[in-house]
Amino acid sequence: MNLFLTYLLSAIPLGMTFLYGSTGEILTEKVGHLNLGVPGIMCVGGLCGCFTAEQLIGSVPPVWLVTLSILASFAGGVLMGLLYSFLTVSLHANQNVTGLAMTIFGAGLSKYGMYNLTKGLLDNEASTGEMVEVVKKSTFLDATAYFRYPFANDEKLQYCGVMLFLAILIALICSWILKYTRVGLHLRAVGENPATADAMGINVTGYKYVATCIGSGIAAMGGLYYAISYAGTAGAYKDIEALGWLSIALVIFALWRPHLSILGSVLFGLLYVANSYLPQLFGWKTPLYATYLFKMLPYVVTIIVLIISSVRKKREDQPPASLGLSYFREER
Amino acid sequence: MHNVEKKAREPLFHVAKRDRIPLWQSLLIRVVAVLFALLLCTLLAYVLIGPKATPGKFLTQLFEGSFGTERRLWIFGRDTAMLLCLALALTPAFRMRFWNLGADGQALVGALASVYCMFFLGGKLPNGILLLLSLCASILAGAVWALLPAIFKALWGTNESLFTLMMNYIATNLVIFSITKWFYPGKDSMKEMAHGHLPQVYNQHLLVILIVLVLTALMYLYLYRTKHGYEIAVVGESENTARYIGIHVGKVTLRTLILSGAICGLMGFLQVSAFDHSVTAQTIGGLGFTAIMVSWLAKFNPLIMIGTAALISFLDLGGEQISTAFNVNSAIPSIVIGIILFFIIGCEFFINYKIKFRTAPKTKGGAAK
Amino acid sequence: MQKAVALEMKKVSKYFGELAANRDVDLTVYKGEILAVLGENGCGKTTLMNMIAGIYFPDAGQILVDGHEVVIRSPKDAFRHKIGMIHQHFKLVDLFTAAENVVLGIKGEGAYRKKEIGRRVQELADRYGFHLDPQKKIYEMSVSEKQTVEIIKVLYRGADILILDEPTAVLTPQETEKLFAVLRRMRDDGKSILIITHKLHEVLSVSDRVAVLRKGEHIATVETATTSAEELTEMMVGKKVELNIARPEPKNIRDRLEIRGLSMTNAEGIKVLDDVSFTARSGEILGIAGIAGSGQKELLEAIAGLHHLQEGGITYYNPKKDKPITFYHKTFERVMELANEGMLRYADGRDFTGKDGNGKALSKKTIRAQVEAGEVFFKEDEVINLREKTPLQIRELGVRLSFVPEDRLGMGLVGNMDLVDNMMLRSYRRGHSLFVDRKKPRDLAEKIIHDLEVATPNSHTPVRRLSGGNVQKVLVGREISASPTVLMAAYPVRGLDINSSYTIYNLLTEQKESGVAVIFVGEDLDVLVELCDRILVVCGGRVTGVVDGRHTTKEEIGVLMTAHGQAPDTETKEEVEKHA
Repeated sequence: MNLFLTYLLSAIPLGMTFLYGSTGEILTEKVGHLNLGVPGIMCVGGLCGCFTAEQLIGSVPPVWLVTLSILASFAGGVLMGLLYSFLTVSLHANQNVTGLAMTIFGAGLSKYGMYNLTKGLLDNEASTGEMVEVVKKSTFLDATAYFRYPFANDEKLQYCGVMLFLAILIALICSWILKYTRVGLHLRAVGENPATADAMGINVTGYKYVATCIGSGIAAMGGLYYAISYAGTAGAYKDIEALGWLSIALVIFALWRPHLSILGSVLFGLLYVANSYLPQLFGWKTPLYATYLFKMLPYVVTIIVLIISSVRKKREDQPPASLGLSYFREER
Repeated sequence: MHNVEKKAREPLFHVAKRDRIPLWQSLLIRVVAVLFALLLCTLLAYVLIGPKATPGKFLTQLFEGSFGTERRLWIFGRDTAMLLCLALALTPAFRMRFWNLGADGQALVGALASVYCMFFLGGKLPNGILLLLSLCASILAGAVWALLPAIFKALWGTNESLFTLMMNYIATNLVIFSITKWFYPGKDSMKEMAHGHLPQVYNQHLLVILIVLVLTALMYLYLYRTKHGYEIAVVGESENTARYIGIHVGKVTLRTLILSGAICGLMGFLQVSAFDHSVTAQTIGGLGFTAIMVSWLAKFNPLIMIGTAALISFLDLGGEQISTAFNVNSAIPSIVIGIILFFIIGCEFFINYKIKFRTAPKTKGGAAK
Repeated sequence: MQKAVALEMKKVSKYFGELAANRDVDLTVYKGEILAVLGENGCGKTTLMNMIAGIYFPDAGQILVDGHEVVIRSPKDAFRHKIGMIHQHFKLVDLFTAAENVVLGIKGEGAYRKKEIGRRVQELADRYGFHLDPQKKIYEMSVSEKQTVEIIKVLYRGADILILDEPTAVLTPQETEKLFAVLRRMRDDGKSILIITHKLHEVLSVSDRVAVLRKGEHIATVETATTSAEELTEMMVGKKVELNIARPEPKNIRDRLEIRGLSMTNAEGIKVLDDVSFTARSGEILGIAGIAGSGQKELLEAIAGLHHLQEGGITYYNPKKDKPITFYHKTFERVMELANEGMLRYADGRDFTGKDGNGKALSKKTIRAQVEAGEVFFKEDEVINLREKTPLQIRELGVRLSFVPEDRLGMGLVGNMDLVDNMMLRSYRRGHSLFVDRKKPRDLAEKIIHDLEVATPNSHTPVRRLSGGNVQKVLVGREISASPTVLMAAYPVRGLDINSSYTIYNLLTEQKESGVAVIFVGEDLDVLVELCDRILVVCGGRVTGVVDGRHTTKEEIGVLMTAHGQAPDTETKEEVEKHA
């Protein structure tokens, strides 16, 4: 039982990374934009946050350090979102291609920046991309303790830092806005039928920009959360891109509802760390190679979820009707 | 009074769709976009890397990467060919609006299948037969990897982009699993194998380049001149039309994806048999995503793809050269490619749309009718 | 009494590229009147109205509301000036409820309370005599309910100037009358109503004044009471036109296509066809009338083999009696099948069974030779069962069934392909070569461009660049070029100007005279009554009657178009109660 609790306390915090990513992506998709740049945006968010933490550590109180780092990663995401919306909304570029370019760029930028931040801390890379730490922790990693407030010193609860609760809070707020407010109604209208929204005097371009940018900002916070609060290791940034792709998949699982995404992210978290806990939990003796079979789990389950959601077609559970299409008012 | 208000609130310009644009104009727009992007890259390099990376040095190194020595030129040719091969594989799927983001995985399982053949049968069979067997295994593996998402797409319309994407990660883990289980138990990278090397023509690169060029020509013919190619185009443009004229959309989807996956598998085979003689999780290394760009930039035309693949390879190698020359981290190529892509994606707008300023239409009114 | 001016347009122009959609249009609208804006399809009526509603921005000219010049850049601006437009293609979000659609886009109304909004929408509906359930989702609604939501949406915003774009196109005559009653009530309430239409009798029955547009220009505005249909037509078209459509008496009528008890449910599980039976005959135009979405589209698609049927049969009588069988339309296997069924004979009357006089089977080679030499004939017309056949199988059976679908660029043609490639859609499979042959399609494209006077730069222009009429000529031309025995056309003149429409009518009549069984789905009852020999009326997926085109009236058809002759409002009422 104790082991199961440990499993849960490792999986739930990890899941929050997905939650940030998927909440951000849901906001973006609700206005009709499939943003495949989210993995890149999360990478950039991680970089911006870590960089800010590195600059500020020791010179400002921890509360400010945490707040400013989060804001920095949010701002980094917003900038990326701005670029994405400029290309896809104003210049009507293909959303898939723009998103992929964002991911290539974002992952590259973050790799460059994070390498400089963690230089000298690491041994040579092993060919699989795993890194081995040899030297003492770097300065920005010292901030991990602040991010894990209030449980930093609790061995079991150490991962449950402020950003975990922030993720849930953001998801709930987004859900509430989408369902119960006028802004949410307009936002959904833009994604369902932009021509109608436009005719009804809703600023389609404005909503698309704002939702995409805020969504990107939220997703970016996921990168910071994973790099500092959850993992707290120098090589963590290398995992962010893969986590970002899973976040996009989670959107379908959550049926475009952020509050369902909370449950989904916990499940994805459980699957993602299954290789470290499941064998022990069931008392299996597994050789090294078997762990790689366990590592396939989240992807296999995602595929199964994709299939199930495509088989049962319910009107309310479908993606926003205009997802992936660009809107041009004077189209004739 | 009203006049003042009107002036202040009138839109400055408005955007209209273009009917058609002369080829030279569209090319010019793209060239200008690439030049602007390069300019931005040099400035960014100056800021990121520091004063030692002057624009002049930056550009020299960029060109050095591909054209500096004969060896680099060959590598440039090889990289272009491999990238082109993957882009060719994706193209039929894209032409029917099947967003195959899984080229990485499909090529990786292709490579893995080759390695399985070579590892277990190497030395026991003549090299020619071994190669043939590996080739078949690779093509089969790639095709199966692409076929899985296609089946579900055809049956229930399951979202193919995420499906194929997830298949990439499954392939990666399958490779590491295979290495730790069979090829080099306990380790996660394997040694080069002695058997199953592709014969060399002049050097190890030329044969591969020639194979890919032939494949390009064949793919062009397939897409533009055959009934299959025509069916793919119809399905891509409108599934309703396809049904109306009796094309079985599901069948075409499966057939096309088998082809797409098979060529990915072929690419994996070439990578292993001609160059790597081993497999790792990084064997394809994200080339599948870049190939999507190559295919899209060429408007899904195999002949133009030669050019776009060359451009991306050039930037990639140039970026690497810059990393080495200025002794900075190896992420430079992705950043440079990303920036260039943004500009090219953005410049499409000026090809498809025109911006009209408010005074313009009056003169046009006279011309109309 | 001089009425107050509500809205004025002065020298308004709008260009799309080189094309002038509107040029120097002047228009005055008074308070408390119904102004009809009349003009042919493509004359710029909708563009003009869209400029008042803020969808388009004029390239030149002024718009005055209550005597003050205004700038309307967006629908929001239009609402601020109390202008609201009800578009022909409803601007509704399918997934939302009626109430959610009504309040869409309104800001600063305090907190967003669903119940309160529902109550206010209900109030407004009751005031003008609409039936509406505010909590019903749009995708569950009928066309006329959707239109109600559109009108309430505009009223909710306090609009004083209402623009209705072709509001009656999708309504039955009875529903139209109800709508007109509501419009008159609003006019008496002091509102200005602009109604766009090209139907003359509606103009005469509902409007106070008529503004006529032609080719983007304003021709005149006249008092309805002092004008006539002939005068309006002349202003609209520019020259006097014959409104009569030639209708030769059908000759050599034979049953060609028999539909028995056809039933079908669509992807959402709704029954769209219910026990449909009729016969289409050669040398005749069979019209199909009904409110949009009564199953016409599904019926034609089912015959063409695009849908899976629950019940019913489709039988095709191939006019083959005493004609030689060929391999052009039949496979070898099909020939043997027919031989075994005893359908074939030699020229001298002996049965052809694939065996010689001694009962020994002939070799494949001999049979081929005999068929190719034209020695084998059909005894009777070939009877082919088309049920559960795909379009491909239908063609392989030698059935020459042509189909002009409603959705031209989405189904009948591929917009991004050029004329040549579109010509190939039906025929590209011919022959065993792996490669496509583009020579014959190119010749066909040139021929159609020449014969039907298609306005296009050349045969390599993507069809989406052509105008609506030319697109339709290309599509109909291709379908006729296959020399069909059955020609089905769904709404073939929708969106076409008068000249193109008549070209299409003439083509259909020509086909009928050459012995083709023509099935024509139309929406304009005037045309149906003038063009068709018989008219099948459908309602809610059921056949409610077959009438003789020469002796029927629009009113008779209108009654049949609504559920079994029931008045439509009782039905809506029931539905409202069901949902409450």
